[in-house]
Amino acid sequence: MRNQYSLLNKIVIYSFLLIGVIISIGPFYWMFIGATHPSGEIFNIPPQLLPGDYLVENFISLQESLGMLKIIWNSLFIALTFTVLSTLISAAAGYAFAKFQFKGRDKIFFMLLLTIMIPYQVTLIPLFELMVSLEWLNTYSAVILPNLAFPFGIYLMRQNMKSIPDSLIEAARIDGAGEFRIFFTIVLATMRPALAAVAIFLFMFQWNNFIWPLVILNSSEMFTLPVALSSLIGMARVDYGQLMLGATLSTLPIMIFFLILQKQFISGILGGSVKE
Amino acid sequence: MARLDKVESGKHFKKRVLVGRLSKTNGKLVTPKTAPFIFIAPAVLLLFAFTLYPVISSFLLSFQTLVEGERVFSGLDNYTRLFHDPLFYQSLINTFQLLIVQVPIMLFIALTIAVTLHSPIVKMNSFFRISFFMPAITALVAASIIFMILLDENYGLVNYVLSLIRVEKIPWFSDPLWAKVAIIIVMTWRWTGYNMIIFLAGLQNIPHELYEAASIDGAGKISKFFHITIPQLKPIFIFTVVLSTIGTLQLFDEPFILTEGGPNNATMTITLYLYLNGFKYFDFGYASAIAYVLVLIIGMISWFQLKLVGDRD
Repeated sequence: MRNQYSLLNKIVIYSFLLIGVIISIGPFYWMFIGATHPSGEIFNIPPQLLPGDYLVENFISLQESLGMLKIIWNSLFIALTFTVLSTLISAAAGYAFAKFQFKGRDKIFFMLLLTIMIPYQVTLIPLFELMVSLEWLNTYSAVILPNLAFPFGIYLMRQNMKSIPDSLIEAARIDGAGEFRIFFTIVLATMRPALAAVAIFLFMFQWNNFIWPLVILNSSEMFTLPVALSSLIGMARVDYGQLMLGATLSTLPIMIFFLILQKQFISGILGGSVKE
Repeated sequence: MARLDKVESGKHFKKRVLVGRLSKTNGKLVTPKTAPFIFIAPAVLLLFAFTLYPVISSFLLSFQTLVEGERVFSGLDNYTRLFHDPLFYQSLINTFQLLIVQVPIMLFIALTIAVTLHSPIVKMNSFFRISFFMPAITALVAASIIFMILLDENYGLVNYVLSLIRVEKIPWFSDPLWAKVAIIIVMTWRWTGYNMIIFLAGLQNIPHELYEAASIDGAGKISKFFHITIPQLKPIFIFTVVLSTIGTLQLFDEPFILTEGGPNNATMTITLYLYLNGFKYFDFGYASAIAYVLVLIIGMISWFQLKLVGDRD
C-alpha cells in the first residue's frame, strides 16, 4: 500500500499543500510586517519581508487619529459582556427545552428554530428606529441587546443538554437543591465543554460583527474595531501603516486564542454542525 | 393565578409530609413546574422585542412611504418601484454572478484540500489544518483591508509578483470585471478553510468498514472515491452549499470596504443596496421592501436546495 506513493507523488502533493499554506497565512504575515512599517514603506518594491521598527509610532498615530485604546476597550467590553450574557441565556433556555416538560414547549422551540432562518437585514431598520426612539444610539446596550438571545446558541445548548442524566438532576432535587442552584452548580459545571464552544462562537460573532455596529455607532469614541477600521479607509489620506496595525489588533487576540484552544474553536465556529 | 395557588398549596402539603427535607424549595416560586418558564423567559422576551417586533414592523414599513416627513400607507408602491429599479436588478445580477462563480470554486478547492489531508501520505496533518483554517477566524473587515492593500493597482504586492512573470498590471478595483474577481478572491480566502474543515470532519465520519469491504471486493482507489466517499459526503456537501449560498446572498462587508459597490455599480450587492437606501438616503420603506424580497429569495433557494436532498434520501 505504502510504496504506491512514489516520491514524485509526494512532491506534488506537498507543494500543492505548501502553496495553499502560503496563500492562507501569507497575508497575516504580511499584515504583521506592515504594522511595523511607516505608511510609505508598505508599498516598497521589492516588498518588505522583515519587521520594521515603526510599530510604536504607528500605534501612537492610531491613538491620535482614532483613540485606539478606547476602541479596543469598546470591542472587548461589548464582546465579553455579550458572550457571558448570551451564553447564560442560551444555556438556561437550552436546559429548559431539553430537561423539562412544560406546556407549549415544542411549539415555542419550533418558533425559535424559525427565527434562525430570518436574515438579519429584515430587522436592521426597525431596530435602528427602536434604538433612536429609546435614545440608545452610540451606547453599548444598543450593540449588545439585539442579538443577546441567539437562537442558534439556544439550539446548540439544547442538543448538548440532552446528555445530562435525569437522575443527576433528580438526585439534587431530593437533596433539597433549588432549581437555580441545580442549574448554576450542576448543569453548567457538567456542560463546560459545550459552554466553551458556544461562548467562542458568540464571541467571534460579536468581535467581528460589522453592519449593526456600523449603523448604530456614529460617534468615533464608541466605535468597535471593525467600524473604526472602516472609518480609516474613508479618511482623506489613508495611512496604510495605521490600517495594517488596526487590522493586526483586530486579528491577533483571536488568533492567539485560537492557537491555544483549537479544538473548542473549531467546534465553536462550526457551531457544532459537524461532530469532530 | 389559579395555577400558582395550586403550586403553593401543593408545597404546603409537601411541607407537612416531608418535614424539613424539602425545606429549601418551600415557599419559593421556583419549583420544577415553574422553573422552565423562568429559564426560557429572558430568551423569549428578548426575541419578542428584538426579532419578532422588528420583523413585523419592517413588513408594515415596506408598504409605507415618506410624504412630507410623514409616513403614509402606499400599498405596493415600494415593491412596484423595486421591480422597475435598474440598480436593484443590477444588484441582484451581481449577487447571483458572485454566487454562481465563487461557491463552486471555493467548495472544489475545499474538497480537494480535505481529501488530500485525509489521505494517509500526508504527515503534519494538524499543522496544515490550522494553517488552512486561520483565515476563517479573521474579521471580514480586516480581511478586506489586507486584500485592499495587497491588490492595490499600482503598488500592491500581487501586481508586483505578477509583474515578475511579465503579467501586466491588473486594474483590480477600477475595472468592473476585475472588481468582482477581487471580491471573489477575498471571499474564497476567508471561507475555503472553514468549508475544508467541515468536509474533513465528514470524511473522518465515513465508517472504515465501507472501504475495507470494498477492498475485499477488489475495488480500486478511484472507484472507492466515487462509490463510497462522494455518496457518503453528500449530506455534508449539500449543507455547505446551503450555508455558502445564504452567506453570499447576504454579502455586505467585502464590497462595502473594498469597492463601495463600484466601479459603475459592478459590485453592488443586495444588502449593500439595502444599506444605502436605509442609512444613506433614509428611505426606510424602500429598504424594507428590499429586505423582504431578500427574505423571499433566501427562503425559496433554501427550500429548493433542502428539497433536493429530501427527495433523494
